[in-house]
Amino acid sequence: MQVKVKVFRFNPEKDKRPHYETYKLEAQPTDRVLDMLEYIKGYCDGTLSFRRSCAHGICGSDAMRINGRNHLACKALLKDLHSNHITVEPMLGLKVIKDLIVDMDQFFAHYKAVMPYFINDEPAPPQERLQSIEERERFDDTTKCILCACCTTSCPSFWASDLYLGPQAIVAAHRFIFDSRDKAAGERLKILNDQFGVYRCHTIYNCTECCPREIEITQAIGEVKAAIVTGRLR
Amino acid sequence: MKKHQFEVIVIGAGGAGLMAALYASKTANTAVISKLYPTRSHTGTAQGGVGAALGNEEEDHWEWHTFDSVKGSDYLGDQDAIEFMCYEAVQAVYELEHYGLPFSRTAEGKIAQRPFGGHTNNVTGKPVHRACYAADRTGHMILQTLYQQCLKNNVNFFDEFQVVDLLVVNGAAAGVVAIELSTSELHVFHAKSVILATGGHGRVWDITSNAYAYTGDGIAVAMRHGIPMEDMEFFQFHPTGIYKLGILITEGVRGEGGVLINGKGERFMERYAPRVKDLASRDVISRAMFLEIKAGNGINGQNYLYLDVRPETVNKYAALDGRKRPDGTPYLMTGEEIIAKLPDIVDFARTYLGVDPVMQPMPVQPTAHYTMGGIPTNKYGEVVIDENNTVMPGLYAAGEVACVSVHGANRLGTNSLLDLIVFGKHSGLRAAEFANGAEFQPLSADPTEFTQAQFDLIRNAQGNEKILEISSKMKSVMMDCVGMFRTGEGMESALETVRELRERYKHIPLHDQGKVFNTEMINIWELGNLLEIAELVTVCALARTESRGAHARDDYPKRDDVNWLKHTLSWIKEDGAIELRYKPVVITKYQPKERVY
Repeated sequence: MQVKVKVFRFNPEKDKRPHYETYKLEAQPTDRVLDMLEYIKGYCDGTLSFRRSCAHGICGSDAMRINGRNHLACKALLKDLHSNHITVEPMLGLKVIKDLIVDMDQFFAHYKAVMPYFINDEPAPPQERLQSIEERERFDDTTKCILCACCTTSCPSFWASDLYLGPQAIVAAHRFIFDSRDKAAGERLKILNDQFGVYRCHTIYNCTECCPREIEITQAIGEVKAAIVTGRLR
Repeated sequence: MKKHQFEVIVIGAGGAGLMAALYASKTANTAVISKLYPTRSHTGTAQGGVGAALGNEEEDHWEWHTFDSVKGSDYLGDQDAIEFMCYEAVQAVYELEHYGLPFSRTAEGKIAQRPFGGHTNNVTGKPVHRACYAADRTGHMILQTLYQQCLKNNVNFFDEFQVVDLLVVNGAAAGVVAIELSTSELHVFHAKSVILATGGHGRVWDITSNAYAYTGDGIAVAMRHGIPMEDMEFFQFHPTGIYKLGILITEGVRGEGGVLINGKGERFMERYAPRVKDLASRDVISRAMFLEIKAGNGINGQNYLYLDVRPETVNKYAALDGRKRPDGTPYLMTGEEIIAKLPDIVDFARTYLGVDPVMQPMPVQPTAHYTMGGIPTNKYGEVVIDENNTVMPGLYAAGEVACVSVHGANRLGTNSLLDLIVFGKHSGLRAAEFANGAEFQPLSADPTEFTQAQFDLIRNAQGNEKILEISSKMKSVMMDCVGMFRTGEGMESALETVRELRERYKHIPLHDQGKVFNTEMINIWELGNLLEIAELVTVCALARTESRGAHARDDYPKRDDVNWLKHTLSWIKEDGAIELRYKPVVITKYQPKERVY
């Protein structure tokens, strides 16, 4: 079928302000938006720039706004968009560097701010630390995060202030806070118990709705809030 | 041009690179340079598990793991290196757990393990639970955990820097040249030790599970400096890629009881591997699938088969096989259990196939998956540059880019993640040790000269060739003629085509002459790497007149241990000619014998 793909374009070396270009192409219902962008880059305009790598929803490189909603371009199939008019734009809330490429520095700075690494300074046993199936299940959902930034850049609170750590950083913290083997939950909860921490979440659910890993992000944020208030982890 | 100096630099931020960096940074000033943000690396897509004989679910021994890997390699793997890997595996997996890796758990709270292709109880010959897993995202969890630990240990990162040249001074590694993608500025990284951990080159083939980033960059920059490549003819096709797209469906699906079904409704692997059936090694299964399709037994006569993991199918064949749980109870799967153990597979099938694997079988076909060959190293990750295993000072390689060789002619599933952590660790340790006792090699006044000349050619190319046309042609000819089945005639014609494409490649015009994220320029450079590697693979494959592991020739259908129990070493000479030499396989305990599954 014929598809019209309208793409946000901005070249900082030439353009004063961004504009849109529309490309007409033939596509199959099972084609991914990433396939269409590759086609456009290969046959219509080699200067079009975007990030991509694994092309099946695991590496998190190609997060962008497709018909107004955050998606991974490699996981957005034409047939699921229910339209042959497709608008592709960079994620909101981060500075556009070129075309669909945004500056991720602030996003990763927030990730790093929540101590997103396992901490347990007690001597490790010769074999594995034991963890029950139930204890492991407690934080399973948030281990799925691929740092694509769909959640954080769909959050109106983050749009209002990029000092807000954002849903992704809270998800990253949740993964360790509720891990029975980790010993630094208190420090992470302290970081999140801040005006730019969990209280900026107003349960708008944009993050949960667009997460390509289907993580229950709003619920995870709620659990972190509850842990801060009650001081209880499990 | 900007200059940096570190004692150790690591190129690539996947499992091997991050493990190397984690260990090197304990005693040496270390930086990681990666073209992707580290968590985007291809290790993240590995699904089913990492092999280690923990024996958490049933009896197992690292010696069994060793034998299985030797047999899996079709006796081309070096047995001293395989012993080292399988012995180290147990400690390495515990170490990952201590770093916080969230493995799935057994009822006793230990690391959970599942069966995988080619891994057996050496007494009964039956599949053994050896793959340590975190649901079906084991690679994702390894990548995340190692990156997190690197952050904790303040490793220096240069993200989105494309390494384009290796610096060699006085016969030793002295650093690299990299392009900062956001500005196109050239950076010189001066180092005492350089660890290449850049992954494979699966983008040479049409149907592939590999990321766009998998363009063989490490191999390309090394071979341009006279470093030989080992066993380049051996490339693995994974049996179960999503039909047409090639996206990987983990062998863990068959580990959990899924079976392959042909168009006649037969579980055809019974005929090809009577003992372990759907859990034979990957080369055996991929070839069986190819033959079934060729015989007209594809689904509806098409070129795909079904991977069936519906509970009724799993339970039916588990009963026929007499399969039991480790506690002795009958093996019965429910839909919920399948979703819990294979959540990403369920998601991929729903997204890309519109199929719910609990209700319907998944259409699959073999997909280009893994580079067994690569930069020759010893078991400490030191790069060796000839048939006498002469070490090149300061240069290391680990992971898929390297050829130790622990995978030989065919890698067993779960041994790639194992390779990353074991050899990543040891190359990091060795590189730091070397750096602590070595001086920096002097660099020339402008070490970027070669890079500038190379990119001037790309920037100034004249003509109207298209990058997509050249890459599609390369991929299809390599898939058809240098894929799962090969013939001398087919490979000769592929070689001719690839050489023509290398000429046409010089006439791809660069439309983007800017400096900010010039992805078109980088993509052209990457295609150049792939074309050069495609030629090398084909020349090595043409020379090997036997069938072994993943290298299967219709015109030489038998393994020939008299003439070919040896590793290929290939050099690209300055005039572009390819020179082949050979070195013996290291055999310790296991004499080659016929390989039956």
